[in-house]
Amino acid sequence: MLSPYIPVFVGILWAALLAAVLIGVSLLFGPNRPTPEKRSTYECGIDPMIGDARTRFSIKFYVVAVLFLLFDVEVVFMYPWAVLLKRLGLLGLIEMMTFLLVLVVAFVYVWKKGALNWE
Amino acid sequence: MWIDYLVWTVQNLLFPVVVPVVLLTGVILAVWIERRGAGFIQDRVGPNRVTLFGFRNAGLMQPIADALKLLVKEEFIPEKADRFLFFLAPTLSMIPALLTFMVIPFGDVLVLGKYRIPLQVADLNVGLLFIFAISSLGVYGIVLGGWSADNKYSILGGLRSSAQMISYEISMGLAIIGILIVFESVRLNDIVRMQGDLLFGFLPRWGIVVQPLGFLLFFVAALAETNRIPFDLPEAEAEIVAGYHLEYSSFKFSMFFMAEYVNMMVASGFIVSLFLGGWQIPWLPTEALVAHVGPILTAVLQVAAFAVKLWFIMWVFVWVRWTLPRFRYDQLMGLGWRVMLPLALANIFVTSVVPFVLGVY
Repeated sequence: MLSPYIPVFVGILWAALLAAVLIGVSLLFGPNRPTPEKRSTYECGIDPMIGDARTRFSIKFYVVAVLFLLFDVEVVFMYPWAVLLKRLGLLGLIEMMTFLLVLVVAFVYVWKKGALNWE
Repeated sequence: MWIDYLVWTVQNLLFPVVVPVVLLTGVILAVWIERRGAGFIQDRVGPNRVTLFGFRNAGLMQPIADALKLLVKEEFIPEKADRFLFFLAPTLSMIPALLTFMVIPFGDVLVLGKYRIPLQVADLNVGLLFIFAISSLGVYGIVLGGWSADNKYSILGGLRSSAQMISYEISMGLAIIGILIVFESVRLNDIVRMQGDLLFGFLPRWGIVVQPLGFLLFFVAALAETNRIPFDLPEAEAEIVAGYHLEYSSFKFSMFFMAEYVNMMVASGFIVSLFLGGWQIPWLPTEALVAHVGPILTAVLQVAAFAVKLWFIMWVFVWVRWTLPRFRYDQLMGLGWRVMLPLALANIFVTSVVPFVLGVY
């Protein structure tokens, strides 16, 4: 009954309700007189849309996403280790430093390969 | 006992309902501080014309007037937009912003007789992980907002924003590992309570004292995560008009706007809890306060201390915004990956090795 997660669920419902009400209220109060000009894509006043907006984009963004996945998983691994470091003692330190070393080698490799360049 | 039910209701229903409302009200104050602060920094007055019952209130009514104006404006939905995602995106950016504050303690546990009321919405034992888990969801709102509108500038803004946020999230995550090593807990209230100790008998053991580099990295990453200048490339009005919320009008724009300011408050609360002692009043531990002024006044004082620190950090955000120019995108990614990440790794290395070398453990 006293689970600390009850307020979290109440909060999720309440935040969703707030967001829905805010959107609903503005739909209710705002005028709605669409014209083709209003509904066209905004491109600083010139005739919009030479081609589609949803086209291919720079490969750099994919590289960043992949690197993020790798590094974020490493970060998650390090949280329980950091909290328990005092109890794990020297063995824990040596193990994590080995892990970090591998990570740093990979990081240097990525850097040297130029994956972090944005020119 | 009816009082049991009252305490239960306060903890499980009142707090989670009141805190988001307080945050949304705080947006008004934040916008006011931002605009008036900008005014003073740029040697002008800032908004001061809107009145309430004939009083100008130094422009405090301006954000409210703006919100009401946006509420009654027409909503444009671009022809080619994905309507479902277009409506979902502002919702998705606002809900995580409101939820993240749930685990941040704004006071010590209030002990009234046999009742213990934690002054935070949810005293989770995984508090810190909860913050990271929920705040990462905020990026969906921005990416979907940029994608759904089918506008080139929007998509550019959304892409830039997602790349920037995930890059700095790594530095952010690594920056607090030092804090975890020092305080040995992920429950935020434990972390704050341990910052009440004194170092060398006089220095409060705040996170900023034991982890200065961690604080710096975390603060910079927080600026980037909340898309503030000098990291506001997702919006960059001079190059991609307004970025991901370009096609949004009326209150859906306002929701992105509010989410940004709520995120700033969450980031400030997070910084305060981890590095600036949270609700701790320096040199005045809870026990001493309770013994002298009673539990209720202690709670009030601690919440006040938390609020003062939080708004100070908010002011620093504003201060930075009107002081620094914007980065170029390659500089931004370079800073995130080539400067902050190695520094954060070095910080972890030093923090974990030094106690062993000194023989503390």
